[in-house]
Amino acid sequence: MSKSLLAAVAAGALALGAPALQAAQAQTFHIALREDPDTLDPTLAQSYVGRIVFAGLCDKLFDINAKLQVVPMLATSYDWATPTSLIIHLRKGVTFQDGTKMDAAAVAYTIHRDLTLQGSARKGELAHVTGAEVVDPLTVKLTLSSPNAGLIAQLTDRAGMIMSPTAIKKEGKNFGLHPVCAGPFAFKKRIPQDEIVLDRYPGYWNAPAIHFNEVVYRPFPNGQVRLANLEAGAIDLSEQVLPTDVPAVEKDPKLRIVMSPGLGYQGITFNTNNGPAAKTAIGESALVRKAFELSIDRKALIQVVYNGMFQPTAQAESPLSPYFDKNIAVPGRNIAEAKALLKQAGVKLPVPVTLTVTNGSDSQQTGVVIQSMAKEAGFDVKLRTLEFATSLHAGEKGDFQAYLIGWSGRVDPDGNLTPFLHTGAFFNYGHYSNPTMDKLLGEGLATNDFAKRKAIYDQVQELSNKDLPLMYLYTLGNIVGMKKTVHGFVPVPDGMIRLQGVSMSK
Amino acid sequence: MRGRLGIRILQVIPTLLLVSMLVFGLQELMPGDPAVLLAGEDANPTVIAQIRKELWLDRPVPVQYLHWLSGALHGNLGYSWRLREPVLQLIGQKLPVTMQLSAMAIVFAIGIGVPMGVLSAVKRDTPLDWLANAVGLGGLSIPTFWLGIMMILFFSVDLGWLPPSGYVSLARNWERSLATTIMPAFVLGNAIAAVLMRHTRSAMLQALSQDYVRTARAKGLGEWVVVMRHALRNALIPVVTLGALEFGALLSGAVLTEQVFSIPGFGKLIVDAVFNRDYPVVQGVVMVVAALYITLNLIADILYIIINPRLRAA
Repeated sequence: MSKSLLAAVAAGALALGAPALQAAQAQTFHIALREDPDTLDPTLAQSYVGRIVFAGLCDKLFDINAKLQVVPMLATSYDWATPTSLIIHLRKGVTFQDGTKMDAAAVAYTIHRDLTLQGSARKGELAHVTGAEVVDPLTVKLTLSSPNAGLIAQLTDRAGMIMSPTAIKKEGKNFGLHPVCAGPFAFKKRIPQDEIVLDRYPGYWNAPAIHFNEVVYRPFPNGQVRLANLEAGAIDLSEQVLPTDVPAVEKDPKLRIVMSPGLGYQGITFNTNNGPAAKTAIGESALVRKAFELSIDRKALIQVVYNGMFQPTAQAESPLSPYFDKNIAVPGRNIAEAKALLKQAGVKLPVPVTLTVTNGSDSQQTGVVIQSMAKEAGFDVKLRTLEFATSLHAGEKGDFQAYLIGWSGRVDPDGNLTPFLHTGAFFNYGHYSNPTMDKLLGEGLATNDFAKRKAIYDQVQELSNKDLPLMYLYTLGNIVGMKKTVHGFVPVPDGMIRLQGVSMSK
Repeated sequence: MRGRLGIRILQVIPTLLLVSMLVFGLQELMPGDPAVLLAGEDANPTVIAQIRKELWLDRPVPVQYLHWLSGALHGNLGYSWRLREPVLQLIGQKLPVTMQLSAMAIVFAIGIGVPMGVLSAVKRDTPLDWLANAVGLGGLSIPTFWLGIMMILFFSVDLGWLPPSGYVSLARNWERSLATTIMPAFVLGNAIAAVLMRHTRSAMLQALSQDYVRTARAKGLGEWVVVMRHALRNALIPVVTLGALEFGALLSGAVLTEQVFSIPGFGKLIVDAVFNRDYPVVQGVVMVVAALYITLNLIADILYIIINPRLRAA
């Protein structure tokens, strides 16, 4: 099977900068982040916001576009020579920010580092990769232990970021303090909790698409503070404007909002099989879980907590994904049916449920709304508020009955489903286990045929909604606020701020 | 006096050792697994096991502590697990910022609180006293977070006079540095000023009723000479203690104010570290703050003696 990717697609997409804005090239672009990123070493990095900084610093082998299609970046195309042998063709004339050539040897070196460095966070993403070898200076071959249809999607993220071997050899474990990649901007300095400054790299392979001399990323953990800085003009663009702040931005004549559906979702994980806490009516009976679902009005919940800014959903895939199943309708609230299901399940009313929520204000509000809605159907929901790290620990140990926890989302459906629904998977906190589900998930990963995969994942979603170990509530959205003078910003579902084509007029 | 100072300095060693053990022990009691947090969304048992091994989390707590202590005694406070930066380097970046902000806040606090307290005591039960009390009560009651946001909205968004964030160091650009820290320093200083005002007032009222003040007045000294030279000098002793404690508290990081004004100081560092279970950073920052606290208390002791020479004989 072969899939050629046209470099022209990317070139066209990246030439978005209007000629009239060329004068703005001397500018500094200020971006507000929701938190301070972790290390800037693509092999070790874990945080979501870190990926936003990497979007300016480290190009990847492939990228995704607004329609979630894989497009070329450092690679121009790929071919599956066999189901376990991936040939990647690289772009010619690309250099790292230290002047080192970006070639097949650099790709093999980076992949090898990702697979072997102690503490590497990429090991899991590249789990099926057993080796990377140089075919010629612009061709690299990845060998897999077994077929993995999700690999290309992994290479559109940190596992596909190629680092300068010269810099890695020089910096060793300190590479994250002075990262060198092949992105449009080179690392200049970082003051933790304050700013990360990147300088334009003149040798960037797609230099005409870049219109700033400097980019400054600044963390503002508080939404109101992020908004105030945007209003005061101290920053030019802010990721994750709070839904409740959207009207304020829309009223401001100097600002605008760009909203788009994201890849992630918010949901409730039920403890069906993990320790004593699973021995509850809601943990043991899919009927009770279905009744719980029917007691919730997702639309009203979103309206109350998020100003109606997100989309209700009953599946893990984003509506923009080609794997989104249009046949899955979002169940509406139906108290009579919920009561009937509880009667059919033969449980004593009210059904006690402890819902674990994190201590963010929106999580707590969501919990309160669910509590109030479920009561009408015969559930007695108690809220247990935990700080995020503590809640993760509780999830892992099975110390929960129902847990309000979301997922930032992945391009490939395997990344959105297997970690949560496969027996023994790490994020399958409730220890849900169904051999049919495991078989389907295995088949989905083993084939590269889109039609076959789509059919398999449709079945997975259907089975998930029948067993209901996880109740999806809504698709997360990307809400980006910016000055009206910012042009060329294209929202992509992964929420990254891609700087190619972005410019600013005075 | 030298002997007393010597003993105080020697007391620092067991105190810091005790603090280090306490912090280490408390961290172990905290729920949440640092390895799981570090592994993030890419967590799997293999990655988590590797992280544990790398960070010595798979070893007994006393071994972990001795490992840390041995490093600390050699001037190495370890690496931040999350940022992969040396803890000492992080502290070196944050300490000057926090020192500057704290110093400016204390200047505001003393500049507002002490004169208001003196005036309030001297003009007791007059409208001036009532006004000072109302202002003091306001300073104590207004949440710093709210005041900070309001100041940003007024001075930065509406008037455009001051930058809402974007701290730069004094060495790099002192004007810009002052512009970015004046609002947070005022917010912090305002709350402390209220406390200082009330303490100064009550200490001054007590001092003004003493015999030596009556004697000074009987000698025919001017009222302001009596107030400033005799009453205030004695009244300042508890105020100095309080000021030193407040300054110490500021050095441990004004979390909310730093968040609102995006000041990259100790507060933000330690909060991020606690939430991310970045134990070496928590441990390092707490140790430095403890050392600063102890030093400030020592300075307060010395200041007592300077302000009140009678203590020199003790």
